[in-house]
Amino acid sequence: MNPFLMPSLGADMEAGTLVEWLKAPGDAIAKGDLIAVVETQKGAIEIEVFEDGTLDSYLAEIGKEVPVGTPLAMIRAPGESAATEQVAAPEIEPEPVSENAAEPAPKPEAEPVPEPVPEPEAEPAPAPKAPATAPPLPPTQPLVEAAGDRLRITPAARQLAQTAGLDPAGIAAADGDAIHLADVKAALDRPKPPADSGMREAIAAAMSRSKREIPHYYLSHTCDITRAEGFIARTNSGRPPEQRVLLGALTLRAVATALEKFPEFNGYFTDGQFAHSADIHVGTAIHLRRGGLVAPALFNTNSATLDDVMAGLRDLVQRVRIGRYRASELSGATITVTSLGERGVEQLFGVIYPPQVAIVGFGCPVDRVGFVDGQIAPRRTVTVTLAADHRVSDGHRGALFLKAIDKHLQAPEAL
Amino acid sequence: MTPDEIEAALGEELGRIAPDIELSEIDRDTDLREEFDIDSMDFLTLVTALGQRLGVEIPEADYPNLDSFDAALAYLAERLG
Repeated sequence: MNPFLMPSLGADMEAGTLVEWLKAPGDAIAKGDLIAVVETQKGAIEIEVFEDGTLDSYLAEIGKEVPVGTPLAMIRAPGESAATEQVAAPEIEPEPVSENAAEPAPKPEAEPVPEPVPEPEAEPAPAPKAPATAPPLPPTQPLVEAAGDRLRITPAARQLAQTAGLDPAGIAAADGDAIHLADVKAALDRPKPPADSGMREAIAAAMSRSKREIPHYYLSHTCDITRAEGFIARTNSGRPPEQRVLLGALTLRAVATALEKFPEFNGYFTDGQFAHSADIHVGTAIHLRRGGLVAPALFNTNSATLDDVMAGLRDLVQRVRIGRYRASELSGATITVTSLGERGVEQLFGVIYPPQVAIVGFGCPVDRVGFVDGQIAPRRTVTVTLAADHRVSDGHRGALFLKAIDKHLQAPEAL
Repeated sequence: MTPDEIEAALGEELGRIAPDIELSEIDRDTDLREEFDIDSMDFLTLVTALGQRLGVEIPEADYPNLDSFDAALAYLAERLG
């Protein structure tokens, strides 16, 4: 029997509030299953379990804020107390907010593995108290619908909430039971706070630590992306909108592929030393309309196809916009990429998200005069920047890393 | 489909993507993405939604025709006309 602890979702998180259980005592659970929803400064985060077994009992109350590391539930190992399992399960009081009984126990994304499987690579944890380190979820897998599905909410109410970008978990039900259309309308009528102050505090804490502890160095390089844009245009020309890819997905692939030969930019600096991550999980900065940003991970970005990365990106952006993403996504990135998009400015200087050691920035694409075979020609360019941790790498290697990204963008077909 | 219906559809789909922007407050002749503060992913979502709702597939090559709110209305009216 092992306790399941409130995970740390980054250097800046000290406590979280349990808002919903997604599993009931007696439920079989597999590594990677979503077990609960925790409210943090960054919004509602779905948290996963890291072992196989059976949920034995709850230890934490819904609605109460508890420090990171607090036991939330007990988990029985496979086979443990199996005899009492059938007896115990029905006696457990039904928990108040979820409707787990109606849910099939294994989540679609869960690997139905009966026994704990050792991780292929022994992955160094980013921080000693962070059990939430990246159980790799390949972006190809269909991602589970927002856990709001387990709330008692009428279909009409759910639709309105989704349309309005409102998280159903945050809506109060007037009758104390199910959320009806009127409850959603009431929630929409309430004036919204101008910005999420908790989010601002979280960013302030992480970025202050970054600027205090990390000796950043900065490099900038302008890449010709004429070929890359042409490749994207050709790829998309025969495709319906839902299958089109964006330049942003291609740049993520270029960074991930380049990282394979530059391990000193991929990993975590903790307790005075750098631990390289064998897996490449590129975090992508996504800004939130209500203010702030998050940089959740696209897992195994280096081994995914361009279409996989695009599908993962699309899914992440959608879930981030409605405020539902996973603990492993939030804490799992091994490097971050931030892009200003087509309407931004030419160049950005990133701030490293600790304990990561590098951040790659893409400015907006710009038309410039260039040369092709000695002839003056219009070229499409983008300025790529690197901010990296001088405790781990030097500018010489950083420059080679940026050049490698450029090289991969010149051969987009291979991405 | 009447121009009013097209405008309602475009306004609604933009409202889903950018619920914090009031249609009445934007400049309908200037850059749509800047007016609604939408990025390329949001724009792709808009194109996808319009395609499904109006039954008109907007090729990527036509994106420049949707540069402003009014330009998008004119483009959609022509495609649906």
